[in-house]
Amino acid sequence: MAQFTTLTARAMPLLVNDIDTDQIIPARFLKVTDKNGLGKVLFCDWRYQETIPSVDAAEGATPRADFVLNTPTYAGAKILLAGDNFGCGSSREHAPWALTAYGFQAVISTSFADIFRNNSLKNGLLPIVVDAETHATLIDLLEEVPDAELTIDLESQSLTLPGGQSITFPIDAFARNCLLRGVDQLGYLLTFEEQIKAYEEVQHV
Amino acid sequence: MAAALNKPRTLFEKVWDQHVVLQEPESPAVLYIDLHLVHEVTSPQAFTGLRQRGLKVRRPDRTVATMDHSTPTTPLSVPIADALAAAQLDFMKKNAEEFGIRLYERGSAQQGIVHVIGPELGLTQPGMTIVCGDSHTSTHGAFGALAFGIGTSEVEHVLASQCLLQYKPKTMAITVYGRLGPGVSAKDIILAVIAKIGVGGGTGYVFEYRGEAIRALSMEERMTICNMSIEGGARAGMVAPDDKTFEYVAGREYAPKGAAWDKALAYWKTLPTDEGATYDAEIVIDASSLEPMITYGTNPGMGISITSPVPDPAQVSDPLEKLALEKALAYMDIEPGKPLLGHKVDVVFLGSCTNSRISDLRLAASLIKGKRVADSVRMLVVPGSQQVKRQAEAEGLDVIFREAGAEWREAGCSMCIAMNGDQLEPGQYAVSTSNRNFEGRQGKGGRTFLASPLTAVAAAVSGTVTDVRTLLTENIAIN
Ligand code: SF4
Repeated sequence: MAQFTTLTARAMPLLVNDIDTDQIIPARFLKVTDKNGLGKVLFCDWRYQETIPSVDAAEGATPRADFVLNTPTYAGAKILLAGDNFGCGSSREHAPWALTAYGFQAVISTSFADIFRNNSLKNGLLPIVVDAETHATLIDLLEEVPDAELTIDLESQSLTLPGGQSITFPIDAFARNCLLRGVDQLGYLLTFEEQIKAYEEVQHV
Repeated sequence: MAAALNKPRTLFEKVWDQHVVLQEPESPAVLYIDLHLVHEVTSPQAFTGLRQRGLKVRRPDRTVATMDHSTPTTPLSVPIADALAAAQLDFMKKNAEEFGIRLYERGSAQQGIVHVIGPELGLTQPGMTIVCGDSHTSTHGAFGALAFGIGTSEVEHVLASQCLLQYKPKTMAITVYGRLGPGVSAKDIILAVIAKIGVGGGTGYVFEYRGEAIRALSMEERMTICNMSIEGGARAGMVAPDDKTFEYVAGREYAPKGAAWDKALAYWKTLPTDEGATYDAEIVIDASSLEPMITYGTNPGMGISITSPVPDPAQVSDPLEKLALEKALAYMDIEPGKPLLGHKVDVVFLGSCTNSRISDLRLAASLIKGKRVADSVRMLVVPGSQQVKRQAEAEGLDVIFREAGAEWREAGCSMCIAMNGDQLEPGQYAVSTSNRNFEGRQGKGGRTFLASPLTAVAAAVSGTVTDVRTLLTENIAIN
């Protein structure tokens, strides 16, 4: 599984509440049978002027100048600063696949939808929950200094602003360990084969 | 341990406790999964993962697959126009064959939307843990099962180990008392719940729907409610099993039979929440105060009763909330401050795992019978499964819909999700019985008003957003 230890990178503000996974990656791109190429159609319907019917058709499409992904101001950002309740709706893991394929490694919000959070952690995409006050500080920071770099250190669970101000963020110990060491969760689950077998025998399932 | 077992427990806690294989400190529980439902869209990469690791499906007997999402709802004789969709369906078939999984493929007599066929085949049973790579797996909670959606990595985990790593969620009681008025249905209850708590209000919780108004609902109506639990942010919603549940399950293809039935029934009867058990949160709704509901915005929490005005961003103080409302109204191109009543409608979609069961079709047919779909409206009626379709045809419902001017299609997700050929044109307005009104959900640039089957029919015949209660009065007047 993808690892996450530290990251120092620019952040891109996408300050819309309740961004659902249909916006992150519209359903028509879910006909793929692999995980490749989805970065090109991340936020597709907010991002391009044309209607893009398939992943390949995104090549040469016209970007909408008013959408943040297309503004040079935040080019190269690896952290997404999103509005409340990011990733609600459909369970499609194509959402974190698209975000990571584009180059994002962390998303900061005041809250995440449960399934999106789970899916992200399995793909090395770090969901960072901050309180409303920190959220507002980050919004102000990116407005004033668009190229500000944030530093995320998962080991110490800290998010550091350019001025040195540091905030700790919550993450459960298991998810943290998995990300730090790139633990393969399926491999971990399969170590319990004996117990699973015993459960099946006792429960007659 | 004994003391802990004597503690009054909720329905959720009982099902959870029963399925914990083990619990390591500071780690999620290893939770056993009784039933794994699979569909073509969220499984391909999971099967590829199994192949890469040289793993098998641990319990093919507890795994059932169907085709619904990218599956066209045109007759089987019409070739699949979309090469990618065709390839995805072929891959599902190949995976099912290679890994020994039962598959109800396109053309099969049992094919249908995964959340419609589970209950219909008797696969869904009280007390089970059920997962699927699909957020509306919450539907199956109507039987007192713990059922929730998972991502594709987790699909692979369950295929390989029949288990999932899960933290125990919190519980929220949603108590609905009183009686629904005429023209108000299960869909309106759940739209009202979501409007009240918001799309993130249930994050981290499992809902238990309780109270006399829930008890009074049929199994199919309970499924409509549990289906949309995820729209309130809860991964699962449950209803305690009762005689209606047992009657519904009895005799179905995969339901236990004979002595196994008696044993199962005895267990199922122990599941309802104990007297004195507590929830982490509770909300209470008076069913008698509800009106038909409709959404005006771009998430399912943006709902109002049909006679209420669309909220005005000028009256919202939180800046991000205000922005969200402005953005939604701009996308929908509707004005705040007045009801949606009379707003033009181009398409009416009756279908989806929320409202495509036989009782939904019967109800809609009873209202549309003898009326005409307005000339300006395209109405699609899409049964949730082939079984529902056959039943409806045996009752002549297809004739009623067709004579009214609606399209009668093959089973599938259809216009709930714009990936199978059924979709809105940019700018079109739809009244839809599905569960999501996100931007572009039913087609890029399309605009969705979510509502009940009755409200959908009212819109179809009048060509505008209409309070179905006015039609009921007319009906009564005519009779
Ligand atoms: S009908 Fe819609 S919500 Fe239900 S499973 Fe299909 S796409 Fe998902």
